[in-house]
Amino acid sequence: MRAYAGLAGVWVRASWTYRTSFWLLLASSFAMNAIEFVSVLFVFANVPDLGGFGLREVAFLYGTTGVSMAVANLLVSGVEDLGRAIRTGTLDQMLVRPVPLLVQVCTERFALRRVGRLLQAVAVLMWACWWLTWTPLTVGLTVLTLVCGSVLFFCLFVLVSSLQFWTTDAAEAANAFTYGGNTLTQYPLTIYPGGLVKALTFVVPVAFVNWYPSLLVLGRTDASDLPGWAGYLSPVAAAGLALVTGIVWRAGVRHYRSTGS
Amino acid sequence: MATRSFRRYSTYRAATLAGLFTNTVFGIINSFVLLAVWRANPTAGGYDASDAVTYVWLGQSIIMVVMLWGGGTPSDLTERIRTGDVTIDLHRPAPLLAWYLSADVGRAVFHLLARGVVPTVVGALLFDLRYPAGPGTVVAFAVSVGLALLVSFGLRMLVASASFWLLDAQGVQQLGSLLAVFLSGLTLPLVLFPGWFGELARALPFAALLQVPADVWLGQLTGPALFRGLGFQAGWAAVLLAAAHVTLRRAERRVVVQGG
Repeated sequence: MRAYAGLAGVWVRASWTYRTSFWLLLASSFAMNAIEFVSVLFVFANVPDLGGFGLREVAFLYGTTGVSMAVANLLVSGVEDLGRAIRTGTLDQMLVRPVPLLVQVCTERFALRRVGRLLQAVAVLMWACWWLTWTPLTVGLTVLTLVCGSVLFFCLFVLVSSLQFWTTDAAEAANAFTYGGNTLTQYPLTIYPGGLVKALTFVVPVAFVNWYPSLLVLGRTDASDLPGWAGYLSPVAAAGLALVTGIVWRAGVRHYRSTGS
Repeated sequence: MATRSFRRYSTYRAATLAGLFTNTVFGIINSFVLLAVWRANPTAGGYDASDAVTYVWLGQSIIMVVMLWGGGTPSDLTERIRTGDVTIDLHRPAPLLAWYLSADVGRAVFHLLARGVVPTVVGALLFDLRYPAGPGTVVAFAVSVGLALLVSFGLRMLVASASFWLLDAQGVQQLGSLLAVFLSGLTLPLVLFPGWFGELARALPFAALLQVPADVWLGQLTGPALFRGLGFQAGWAAVLLAAAHVTLRRAERRVVVQGG
């Protein structure tokens, strides 16, 4: 943890040197995501509901997955560039340092500007929360959702990136799972065919990022085939994915045979 | 020049496959979202459900051809301006604009074959798509995609030549791709944009990149409307290429002034 903060701090100070550039990139990261939500608003100018869910409910789903994604995306800044670290050989330098490899890879080029994405998601989520009636249970559940969602996306980023230990050239395919998972869960899962929802529940468990717990918070457990208590299982899904991620990451590091002759 | 450029882009096979996979996954997600929209409102924007799904897959095929978020040979130019290599380009026996355009045509043809065909086939297997009404529509669609490439080249060239004046053009590029992705109708068909904002978006050059070719394919534009659509594209292509030409001429003089 202290190592993480220290290494991330180095990159934060580095980006702070070019202050104008930093603010511009932060603003554009905010705008890029804001535009995405504008298109959700445009959709609702044409239809009263989407898959049986109104604008405020969709905004809640959008906000919860958005915050989770943004937190994970910020924390794993460097993981997507694992392929480059392998190709250029900087991974060898990391392996000999007395800091866990994952911490070093994640903090490489730590991108504080991604806070822009987080701010946008928080804004949408706060707007969505404004309309809900809250009980201590739903507040607790929402906080738990955000924590588990962040863990799930964090693991997903590390998991698909560690595949680069085997193939360094196909990094773009990882986006289909990470950013794809984010896009999928921005909408009520009722709009997808049942087979896909099952896959998102049991294979790549992104449905637990926000869908099942949100049904409890929104009082819409009728919209799912699974019983309502599935909403409390996000920590189980997060722990399971973390376990798998740990195994694959370790296997990848063991498989790594350095670059060059 | 176009053939060489084709070969250059076809070297990276694994990256192409990975990109295809990602395009296809996003195509599937977008299809389900739009299907839900058209379930709730079966005549939204004058499309029906299969028009909407076809639009998504046309978009997934065309994004790499017109390079919506910037890139292609104009971003080589940005890099060459930064390093100073652009002075070599200025000595070539062909005008700068034509040189870069021919290279970009090669890239576009490669991306059309490698990134366009597969998503269309996958989309056709998974969803009920709409196909062109006849050979006339196919020809019109081909012309329309060609014009879309010219418009996008003009836009990207203007963005790239900004780096003759600004040393760090990252901000302009980000803004450019932000506008292009949203206003071309890649995130959401422009026919769903409401009110005056929709009218404005449909009049801007970004509409020539995806919305017009898609409408030609879907048979939304026929007879006089078809010629108005193609004319709209050709008009913006002429304006943007002329603007890029003028900008480059002024930039060339500026490079000379800066000297050695």
